[in-house]
Amino acid sequence: MQDILKEVLSLSALTSEVIAALLILIGTFFSFLSAIGLIRLPDVYTRSHAASKSSTLGVLCTLVGTFLYFLITDGYFSIRLLLGIFFVFLTAPVAAHMICRAAYRSNVKLAEVSVQDELKTYLTQNSASSDS
Amino acid sequence: MFNFILVASLFFLTLSILVAIYRVIKGPSTADRVQALDYIGINLIASIAIVSVLLHTHAFLDIILLLGILSFVGTIAFARYIERGVVIERSNK
Repeated sequence: MQDILKEVLSLSALTSEVIAALLILIGTFFSFLSAIGLIRLPDVYTRSHAASKSSTLGVLCTLVGTFLYFLITDGYFSIRLLLGIFFVFLTAPVAAHMICRAAYRSNVKLAEVSVQDELKTYLTQNSASSDS
Repeated sequence: MFNFILVASLFFLTLSILVAIYRVIKGPSTADRVQALDYIGINLIASIAIVSVLLHTHAFLDIILLLGILSFVGTIAFARYIERGVVIERSNK
Protein backbone atom coordinates (compact mmCIF):
# COMPACT_ATOMS: atom_id res chain seq x y z
CA MET A 1 0.00 0.00 0.00
CA GLN A 2 2.80 2.33 0.97
CA ASP A 3 4.70 1.49 -2.18
CA ILE A 4 1.71 2.12 -4.41
CA LEU A 5 1.11 5.49 -2.75
CA LYS A 6 4.75 6.45 -3.18
CA GLU A 7 4.65 5.40 -6.81
CA VAL A 8 1.52 7.45 -7.50
CA LEU A 9 3.12 10.46 -5.81
CA SER A 10 6.33 10.20 -7.85
CA LEU A 11 4.25 9.69 -10.99
CA SER A 12 2.28 12.87 -10.31
CA ALA A 13 5.54 14.76 -9.71
CA LEU A 14 6.84 13.44 -13.02
CA THR A 15 3.62 14.42 -14.81
CA SER A 16 3.75 17.94 -13.39
CA GLU A 17 7.38 18.30 -14.44
CA VAL A 18 6.63 17.09 -17.96
CA ILE A 19 3.62 19.38 -18.37
CA ALA A 20 5.41 22.41 -16.90
CA ALA A 21 8.55 21.81 -18.97
CA LEU A 22 6.53 21.43 -22.16
CA LEU A 23 4.46 24.57 -21.60
CA ILE A 24 7.50 26.60 -20.55
CA LEU A 25 9.43 25.44 -23.60
CA ILE A 26 6.56 26.39 -25.91
CA GLY A 27 6.28 29.80 -24.23
CA THR A 28 9.98 30.48 -24.49
CA PHE A 29 9.92 29.44 -28.15
CA PHE A 30 7.19 31.97 -28.93
CA SER A 31 8.94 34.71 -26.96
CA PHE A 32 12.16 34.07 -28.83
CA LEU A 33 10.30 34.11 -32.16
CA SER A 34 8.86 37.49 -31.31
CA ALA A 35 12.35 38.74 -30.43
CA ILE A 36 13.47 37.70 -33.93
CA GLY A 37 10.47 39.52 -35.36
CA LEU A 38 11.32 42.59 -33.28
CA ILE A 39 14.75 42.78 -34.84
CA ARG A 40 13.94 41.79 -38.43
CA LEU A 41 10.67 43.52 -39.37
CA PRO A 42 10.84 46.88 -41.13
CA ASP A 43 8.57 49.36 -39.28
CA VAL A 44 6.72 49.93 -36.03
CA TYR A 45 3.36 48.60 -37.25
CA THR A 46 4.68 45.26 -38.47
CA ARG A 47 6.89 44.98 -35.40
CA SER A 48 3.81 45.44 -33.26
CA HIS A 49 2.51 42.09 -34.58
CA ALA A 50 5.64 40.33 -33.34
CA ALA A 51 5.87 42.21 -30.05
CA SER A 52 2.24 41.85 -29.01
CA LYS A 53 0.69 38.67 -30.40
CA SER A 54 3.31 36.00 -30.12
CA SER A 55 4.86 37.33 -26.93
CA THR A 56 1.42 37.38 -25.29
CA LEU A 57 0.94 33.75 -26.28
CA GLY A 58 4.42 32.93 -25.00
CA VAL A 59 3.96 34.53 -21.60
CA LEU A 60 0.51 32.93 -21.28
CA CYS A 61 1.97 29.47 -21.95
CA THR A 62 4.75 30.06 -19.42
CA LEU A 63 2.38 31.31 -16.72
CA VAL A 64 -0.07 28.45 -17.29
CA GLY A 65 2.85 26.02 -17.01
CA THR A 66 3.89 27.59 -13.69
CA PHE A 67 0.30 27.52 -12.44
CA LEU A 68 -0.13 23.83 -13.33
CA TYR A 69 3.24 22.96 -11.80
CA PHE A 70 2.32 24.44 -8.43
CA LEU A 71 -1.21 23.00 -8.65
CA ILE A 72 -0.04 19.43 -9.29
CA THR A 73 3.11 19.37 -7.15
CA ASP A 74 1.95 21.23 -4.05
CA GLY A 75 -1.79 21.32 -4.53
CA TYR A 76 -1.37 25.10 -4.27
CA PHE A 77 -4.08 27.00 -6.15
CA SER A 78 -2.54 30.43 -6.62
CA ILE A 79 -5.35 32.91 -7.17
CA ARG A 80 -2.79 35.71 -7.63
CA LEU A 81 -1.11 33.89 -10.49
CA LEU A 82 -4.52 33.27 -12.05
CA LEU A 83 -5.28 36.99 -11.74
CA GLY A 84 -1.90 37.76 -13.29
CA ILE A 85 -2.65 35.48 -16.26
CA PHE A 86 -6.04 37.12 -16.71
CA PHE A 87 -4.58 40.62 -16.45
CA VAL A 88 -1.74 40.00 -18.92
CA PHE A 89 -4.18 38.39 -21.34
CA LEU A 90 -6.44 41.42 -21.09
CA THR A 91 -3.91 44.25 -21.17
CA ALA A 92 -1.12 43.25 -23.57
CA PRO A 93 -3.23 43.67 -26.75
CA VAL A 94 -4.65 46.96 -25.42
CA ALA A 95 -1.14 48.29 -24.81
CA ALA A 96 -0.03 47.29 -28.31
CA HIS A 97 -3.10 48.97 -29.80
CA MET A 98 -2.40 52.18 -27.88
CA ILE A 99 1.22 52.26 -29.04
CA CYS A 100 0.24 51.75 -32.69
CA ARG A 101 -2.44 54.42 -32.45
CA ALA A 102 0.03 56.88 -30.89
CA ALA A 103 2.58 56.04 -33.58
CA TYR A 104 0.06 56.69 -36.38
CA ARG A 105 -1.18 59.92 -34.80
CA SER A 106 2.39 61.17 -34.38
CA ASN A 107 3.04 60.55 -38.09
CA VAL A 108 5.47 57.66 -37.93
CA LYS A 109 6.02 56.60 -41.54
CA LEU A 110 5.08 53.19 -42.85
CA ALA A 111 7.83 51.03 -44.32
CA GLU A 112 8.53 51.56 -48.00
CA VAL A 113 7.43 48.04 -48.88
CA SER A 114 3.90 48.71 -47.55
CA VAL A 115 1.29 48.51 -50.29
CA GLN A 116 -1.69 50.36 -48.86
CA ASP A 117 -2.81 52.58 -45.99
CA GLU A 118 -6.55 52.22 -45.51
CA LEU A 119 -6.72 54.41 -42.42
CA LYS A 120 -5.32 57.38 -44.37
CA THR A 121 -8.02 57.25 -47.05
CA TYR A 122 -10.64 56.80 -44.32
CA LEU A 123 -9.35 59.83 -42.38
CA THR A 124 -9.19 62.08 -45.45
CA GLN A 125 -12.71 61.07 -46.50
CA ASN A 126 -14.00 61.72 -43.00
CA SER A 127 -12.40 65.15 -42.71
CA ALA A 128 -13.69 66.07 -46.20
CA SER A 129 -17.25 65.10 -45.32
CA SER A 130 -17.11 66.93 -42.00
CA ASP A 131 -15.83 70.07 -43.72
CA SER A 132 -18.69 70.26 -46.22
CA MET B 1 16.65 17.44 -17.01
CA PHE B 2 13.82 19.60 -15.71
CA ASN B 3 16.28 22.11 -14.25
CA PHE B 4 18.24 22.14 -17.49
CA ILE B 5 15.10 22.98 -19.48
CA LEU B 6 14.28 25.79 -17.05
CA VAL B 7 17.78 27.27 -17.23
CA ALA B 8 17.78 27.02 -21.04
CA SER B 9 14.43 28.83 -21.15
CA LEU B 10 15.85 31.55 -18.90
CA PHE B 11 18.83 31.86 -21.24
CA PHE B 12 16.64 32.35 -24.29
CA LEU B 13 14.40 34.83 -22.47
CA THR B 14 17.48 36.82 -21.48
CA LEU B 15 18.61 36.76 -25.11
CA SER B 16 15.19 38.12 -26.14
CA ILE B 17 15.52 40.91 -23.57
CA LEU B 18 18.94 41.82 -24.98
CA VAL B 19 17.45 41.99 -28.49
CA ALA B 20 14.72 44.29 -27.16
CA ILE B 21 17.38 46.48 -25.51
CA TYR B 22 19.04 46.79 -28.92
CA ARG B 23 15.69 47.95 -30.31
CA VAL B 24 15.28 50.42 -27.42
CA ILE B 25 18.65 51.98 -28.20
CA LYS B 26 18.41 51.96 -31.98
CA GLY B 27 14.64 52.34 -32.60
CA PRO B 28 14.01 55.12 -35.12
CA SER B 29 10.92 56.54 -33.40
CA THR B 30 9.74 56.87 -29.81
CA ALA B 31 6.93 54.37 -30.43
CA ASP B 32 9.52 51.70 -31.26
CA ARG B 33 11.24 52.28 -27.97
CA VAL B 34 8.02 52.13 -25.97
CA GLN B 35 7.02 48.95 -27.77
CA ALA B 36 10.36 47.32 -26.95
CA LEU B 37 10.03 48.40 -23.30
CA ASP B 38 6.58 46.80 -23.15
CA TYR B 39 8.08 43.64 -24.61
CA ILE B 40 10.84 43.69 -21.98
CA GLY B 41 8.18 43.92 -19.27
CA ILE B 42 6.31 40.90 -20.67
CA ASN B 43 9.53 38.89 -20.89
CA LEU B 44 10.39 39.82 -17.31
CA ILE B 45 7.04 38.41 -16.20
CA ALA B 46 7.83 35.10 -17.92
CA SER B 47 11.35 35.05 -16.44
CA ILE B 48 10.03 35.58 -12.92
CA ALA B 49 7.56 32.71 -13.38
CA ILE B 50 10.40 30.42 -14.49
CA VAL B 51 12.64 31.52 -11.57
CA SER B 52 9.79 30.81 -9.18
CA VAL B 53 9.47 27.27 -10.59
CA LEU B 54 13.26 26.83 -10.45
CA LEU B 55 13.50 27.85 -6.78
CA HIS B 56 10.20 26.10 -5.98
CA THR B 57 8.76 29.02 -4.02
CA HIS B 58 5.44 30.82 -4.00
CA ALA B 59 6.93 34.14 -2.96
CA PHE B 60 7.41 35.55 -6.46
CA LEU B 61 3.87 35.00 -7.68
CA ASP B 62 2.76 38.38 -6.30
CA ILE B 63 5.51 40.07 -8.27
CA ILE B 64 4.06 38.75 -11.53
CA LEU B 65 0.73 40.49 -10.95
CA LEU B 66 2.45 43.67 -9.75
CA LEU B 67 4.82 43.82 -12.71
CA GLY B 68 1.97 43.21 -15.15
CA ILE B 69 0.00 46.15 -13.76
CA LEU B 70 3.03 48.47 -13.64
CA SER B 71 4.09 47.61 -17.19
CA PHE B 72 0.59 48.25 -18.52
CA VAL B 73 0.24 51.60 -16.75
CA GLY B 74 3.68 52.70 -17.95
CA THR B 75 2.93 51.78 -21.55
CA ILE B 76 -0.40 53.61 -21.50
CA ALA B 77 1.24 56.70 -20.02
CA PHE B 78 3.96 56.67 -22.69
CA ALA B 79 1.41 56.19 -25.46
CA ARG B 80 -0.65 59.14 -24.25
CA TYR B 81 2.50 61.22 -23.99
CA ILE B 82 3.49 60.41 -27.58
CA GLU B 83 0.01 61.11 -28.87
CA ARG B 84 -0.90 64.32 -27.06
CA GLY B 85 2.23 65.65 -25.40
CA VAL B 86 0.72 65.35 -21.92
CA VAL B 87 0.04 62.38 -19.68
CA ILE B 88 -2.84 63.76 -17.60
CA GLU B 89 -5.17 66.18 -19.31
CA ARG B 90 -6.58 69.05 -17.29
CA SER B 91 -9.86 70.46 -18.51
CA ASN B 92 -9.53 74.09 -17.37
CA LYS B 93 -10.29 76.06 -20.50
